[in-house]
Amino acid sequence: MITLSINGESRDLDVDASTPLLWVLRDYAGLTGTKFGCGIAQCGACTVHIDGRPVRACVIPASAAAGRAVTTIEGIGSGRVGLHPVQQAWIDEQVPQCGYCHSGQIMAAAALLASTPAPTDADIDAAMAGIVCRCGTYPRIRKGIKRAAAAMADARAAEIGDG
Amino acid sequence: MGKWSRRAFITSGIAAGGVVVFGVAIRRGDRSDKARELVASGDDSLFDVWLKIAPDNTVTAIIPHADMGQGVHTALAMMLADELDADWSRVRFEEAPAHKEFANYALARGYTTAGMDFPAWLIDSVDGLFFRATQMMGLQITGGSLSVRTTGQVAMRVTGAATRAVLLEAAAAEWQVPVAELTAASSMIRHEASGREAPFAHFAPAAAALPMPDKPALKTPDAFRIMGTSPARFDVPPKVDGSAKFGIDAALPDMKHATVRAAPVFSGRVLSVDESSVQAMPGVRKVVNLGDAVAVIADGYWQAKKALDKLAVEFSDGGNGAATQDGIFERFAAEMDRSAAAGRVQDDFVSGNAAAALAAAAQVIEAEYRVPFLAHATMEPMNCTAWVHDGRCELWLGTQNPLGFAQQVAKAIGMEPSQVLLHNQYLGGGFGRRAFDDFAVQAARLAADVPYPVKLIWSREEDMRHDHYRQASISRFRGGLDASGRAVAWQNHYVNKHDPEEAPHIPYAIADQAIVFSESETHVPWGFWRSVDHSLHAFFTESFIDELAVAAGRDPYEYRRELLAGAPRFLAVLELAANRAGWGEPLADNMGRGIAIHRSFGTIVAQVVDVEIVAGKPRARRVVCAVDAGFAVHPDNLAAQMESGIAYGLTAALYGEISISGGAVAQSNFHDYRMLRMDEAPDVETYIIDGGGSTGGAGEPGTPPIAPAFTNAIFDATGIRIRELPVSKHELRLKDVA
Repeated sequence: MITLSINGESRDLDVDASTPLLWVLRDYAGLTGTKFGCGIAQCGACTVHIDGRPVRACVIPASAAAGRAVTTIEGIGSGRVGLHPVQQAWIDEQVPQCGYCHSGQIMAAAALLASTPAPTDADIDAAMAGIVCRCGTYPRIRKGIKRAAAAMADARAAEIGDG
Repeated sequence: MGKWSRRAFITSGIAAGGVVVFGVAIRRGDRSDKARELVASGDDSLFDVWLKIAPDNTVTAIIPHADMGQGVHTALAMMLADELDADWSRVRFEEAPAHKEFANYALARGYTTAGMDFPAWLIDSVDGLFFRATQMMGLQITGGSLSVRTTGQVAMRVTGAATRAVLLEAAAAEWQVPVAELTAASSMIRHEASGREAPFAHFAPAAAALPMPDKPALKTPDAFRIMGTSPARFDVPPKVDGSAKFGIDAALPDMKHATVRAAPVFSGRVLSVDESSVQAMPGVRKVVNLGDAVAVIADGYWQAKKALDKLAVEFSDGGNGAATQDGIFERFAAEMDRSAAAGRVQDDFVSGNAAAALAAAAQVIEAEYRVPFLAHATMEPMNCTAWVHDGRCELWLGTQNPLGFAQQVAKAIGMEPSQVLLHNQYLGGGFGRRAFDDFAVQAARLAADVPYPVKLIWSREEDMRHDHYRQASISRFRGGLDASGRAVAWQNHYVNKHDPEEAPHIPYAIADQAIVFSESETHVPWGFWRSVDHSLHAFFTESFIDELAVAAGRDPYEYRRELLAGAPRFLAVLELAANRAGWGEPLADNMGRGIAIHRSFGTIVAQVVDVEIVAGKPRARRVVCAVDAGFAVHPDNLAAQMESGIAYGLTAALYGEISISGGAVAQSNFHDYRMLRMDEAPDVETYIIDGGGSTGGAGEPGTPPIAPAFTNAIFDATGIRIRELPVSKHELRLKDVA
């Protein structure tokens, strides 16, 4: 039994705490948006946030997430119907193809923009190189990140203006 | 429109809830023995595709193809909606169930059995297209870049146009006006003179009672309103919030989880398995010996995986345990030598007398190329959830061939195909791999003996080591140049021919050609891999033509242009790519530029790569891609498929190598079967030509030219000719700058 805070909700889960967080999320918490790709932290399809930082859930034991805030693709949007700016940018740029890696791509991109609001191409390369896309959507991921960065900057400017 | 109408008819009817359904049906042919043989298992009529109009005026296209990122649901619905003059904002789609009435092979059979009765717009692609589709026995298959070309051109457009015609007829009858005075637009019918207007749905019930025209007039491209635009894809929103359901996301009450380990050497068997080694482990339900593999069923995947890792199993090697990669290449080479010496090679394409032309040539160039086996490495590992209950087997998975899977699963567990109900989910990549049913058969066999549903997931290691691989191959060339440097002879001898037939053929005006092959099969399972044989032959032929250009002292682009003077479509694509790339403009000292062009699946693609060499490693910085697919139904999606095909082919060119050691695959995961990543991905610019004629494919044609364009660019930068892939095997250094 382990208690985890997932997407702002406390969940008591009947699972061995040494199980990788990925399988706890998928098989025990019913959150299948986080994907299994390689099992050895080589592809990034399983990327989630722990306390806002991107981690590879396939190699992190669930016990390491106890007492910390786990955020998955299902919880990255604001509110029940709102999309994160990265998700909206992904739609606007028609980024995904098969879509399987994009939960991980979006989580990595959201973490990048949280720490680096105006990323350079080199910043994007460094933050995103860990997430493999077999459909080769990389050029659109780059465009999507830049679009989301601009939208977030506009939103901040509007907030300051309103304030 | 030819005599197509004699073989097809249009039907309609009212379904539950006032929804009106329209469709094209293809009748079976009966003209020849060949025809009877082909349709022996077919019904009298097979509905190919349906269009539904609901009382709220929503139009739904039912689409018999799987979505694996290629945007087919959107593109096909667009083709139907455009001919119907529907309001795109109110068009939906449903994926057809895996049922034979939705099989697109009915189309292939309908046409091939009808002898020469084809719609005019398909005549020039008939041989390659429909015979291939029939050969593949493509039961509702998604592959061969065929969806838009067959289902779209024939079923979707014809259904949309015929439905529009009966809707207009029903309106004319109700309003008592001539049909010619009516117009259809945005799912409304309007009578201009009286100002009357009503939605399609108003007329749909009456229209369904009318005989449908079997030769509806189709639009010419100037009348397209939806085709040729790029509306947002249906499948994108669920793919950004985690809600899209892939096969691996299936969840059923009381479901258990399984994982599997097959004999590492292909054709090996389980000799012994010690169940007691894992029986006491937490969550473990069952250990199953599948004959050529062992599986563990447990409460969770992780429990199954841990138990399988610990399970003591002994496998045989099926007599292949000594096979090595070098040995396979040596066997290929020896068979090529033997068959050439004995005059036993098989003709692929021969014109003129290449031997005589070579003997008379001023200069003869020779080269040998090699490519390795390749795995598909879809991001979603193979998986299938199976539940055997109440006399049937339900499957949840992603497949490119649902009907074929259902048949094989039924056979494996002693059921009739009609007892297998397949729920096709989003595919986390296909690329040809999900046309092979091995994982679904395993899941069904595991589920057949237990009272609960079983989700089988292959580990990445299993996925990589038990794929159906793109073949390894050797290709040898001799080319002859005349005194002016023009290519006058082309001899090519390669090993192992699969599909498509025309993959090794060249577009260049070289009169004397002899393209031949030898066969030397291996124990490594073969599979369709994005663009299939084109993936190797484009590398071979477009590298060698580059070598001829260099030998002739000519610019590789100009050299190709001359040889394509009589092939205007190729020439236009080549020139567009070169012009947009700034061919001839100077590059930095550590950079090089290469070009390649290849036609596959009816689509011509040329690519220009700018490569940068940094510390001995090549990085493709920019790819300019020109493409002529006849007509781009959804230009942004065609561009996306080019971007995707380029990344897939560039990954293979740079890193892709599956090698055999001790009879088994040596690689296991992404650390030793490397993928192109964000920091290595080039900028891609795609330019589209709508060249007209029959429509080409989109999913595969972007892949073949990228490897030779990349290695030709490396030659330009370094003077090193890459004749064996992957590039990562080679040490590169910059060409001495004079």
